[in-house]
Amino acid sequence: MDQLVQPNLIMLILFAIFVNNYVLSQFLGICPFLGVSKKLETAVGMGVAVIFVITLSSAVTYFVYHLLLVNLHIEYLYNIAFILVIAALVQLVEMFLKKSSPSLYQALGVYLPLITTNCAVLGVAVVNMQNNYTFIASVLNGFGGATGFALSIILFAGIRERMAFNNIPKPFQGFPIALVSATLMSLAFLGFQGLIQL
Amino acid sequence: MDITSILYPVLCVGGLGVVLGAGLGYAGKIFEVKEDPRLEQVLECLPGANCGGCGYPGCSGMASAIVSGKAPVNGCPVGGAKSAAAIAKVMGVAVEETAPKVAFVKCHGTCDKSVNKYVYEGISDCAMANQLAGGGAKGCSFGCLGLGSCVKACAFDAIHIVDGVAKVDETKCTSCGNCVKACPKHLIEIVPQAQQTRVACSSQDTGKEVMANCQVGCIACRICEKNCKFDAIYVINNVAVIDYTKCKDCGLCAMKCPKHAIENPKAIAMAEKLAQNAAAKVEAAKKPAPVAEAPATEAPATEAPASSTSSEHIND
Repeated sequence: MDQLVQPNLIMLILFAIFVNNYVLSQFLGICPFLGVSKKLETAVGMGVAVIFVITLSSAVTYFVYHLLLVNLHIEYLYNIAFILVIAALVQLVEMFLKKSSPSLYQALGVYLPLITTNCAVLGVAVVNMQNNYTFIASVLNGFGGATGFALSIILFAGIRERMAFNNIPKPFQGFPIALVSATLMSLAFLGFQGLIQL
Repeated sequence: MDITSILYPVLCVGGLGVVLGAGLGYAGKIFEVKEDPRLEQVLECLPGANCGGCGYPGCSGMASAIVSGKAPVNGCPVGGAKSAAAIAKVMGVAVEETAPKVAFVKCHGTCDKSVNKYVYEGISDCAMANQLAGGGAKGCSFGCLGLGSCVKACAFDAIHIVDGVAKVDETKCTSCGNCVKACPKHLIEIVPQAQQTRVACSSQDTGKEVMANCQVGCIACRICEKNCKFDAIYVINNVAVIDYTKCKDCGLCAMKCPKHAIENPKAIAMAEKLAQNAAAKVEAAKKPAPVAEAPATEAPATEAPASSTSSEHIND
């Protein structure tokens, strides 16, 4: 087995938030990014729920991969195994929150089950695996990536809220203008490229 | 081939699934949250069509809104008075009466009464046809294309294409509003079922253009506006529009409309009868009587009982 890698942890988090932003540089998790960014309030809910789930799933998928798949030499099954684990994990988290913290459950609402289909969750798990990160690096990479997602969706929701009051030409109303502004945000984040070398 | 290369993946993924499934099942028991028992009872009273006509995401969303007091017990347009009464019983509140509503297609330009610009042989979908030059094959660019997008949208089999124009079956219609959203011409409107006087045209073309394209289109002549005693009908953007809060359903406008673009079964039947009587009189007298005057003077008197009953209903 390859040697596990543990880069500078602070750099890793910053790298995941800005340089390797899952939405704006990797183009993962675009559906919630476009779907739940109409209001700042819902975007914050989605962002928090994603941070929660991705951090947790990075930890769990680390163990599933290194203890189960690697030991049995069936690494090629990682996609199926990760999807299974993430889906079950989201369900478990939902149940747990419903019981222990109804207010948080209410606040996250429908976004919690929606995360199951967020490809950024799987993306983070796969990146952790491919880069051979240690457990701590995996969790922090997950946390950083999810924070990056939350950051971009919240910024985007702020832009869309202001955009709603603007006089947008008819062919651009709705999703077209949202996609144009997402592109511009992505270009802006391109400026972070090369800022940090891991 | 080593059998383990098949066995391990199958056992591993299968085992993972079983373990996670069992874990979730167990967790479901541990983290079980007692829900308001009324939620399920209310959900049972709702029609379960998940049409979204109430404005909530599906029937379960509506049920939780009712239980938490955010939505009125009669908020379901599909279930109507029946489900409202059942829900009111569960919730222990009195139900407010709501007037039943139905969808109405504001176009009566059937195949024989309207002209077509060309023959449309594309996909049988109104939105598709509407994107073509001139907004579909129909001569009138505001008229019903008759390709049945509303029929597909209806979950209750309550709207059908008859003679090339969509027609609502009012006994089945639940006023959920799905057809309203489906119509690319914005022809369908939710109207009070009790009020039978409705403008069956939504053409904003000028009178001349309407005349060229359709025999039953509103030509914005304003005769209805001048004749209405209740200030309830106005010509806006070249088409007559009824204010249902003011309309007393007397049917005078329907009788006066030279193009028969205003629908009112009672008034139209009455007008036909009067015209027949007048024609018979003419036949008997063998002289040109002022036919047009005869129905006009009698109309308000004959319609009086009908208008009084409908105004009673409005006062409720």
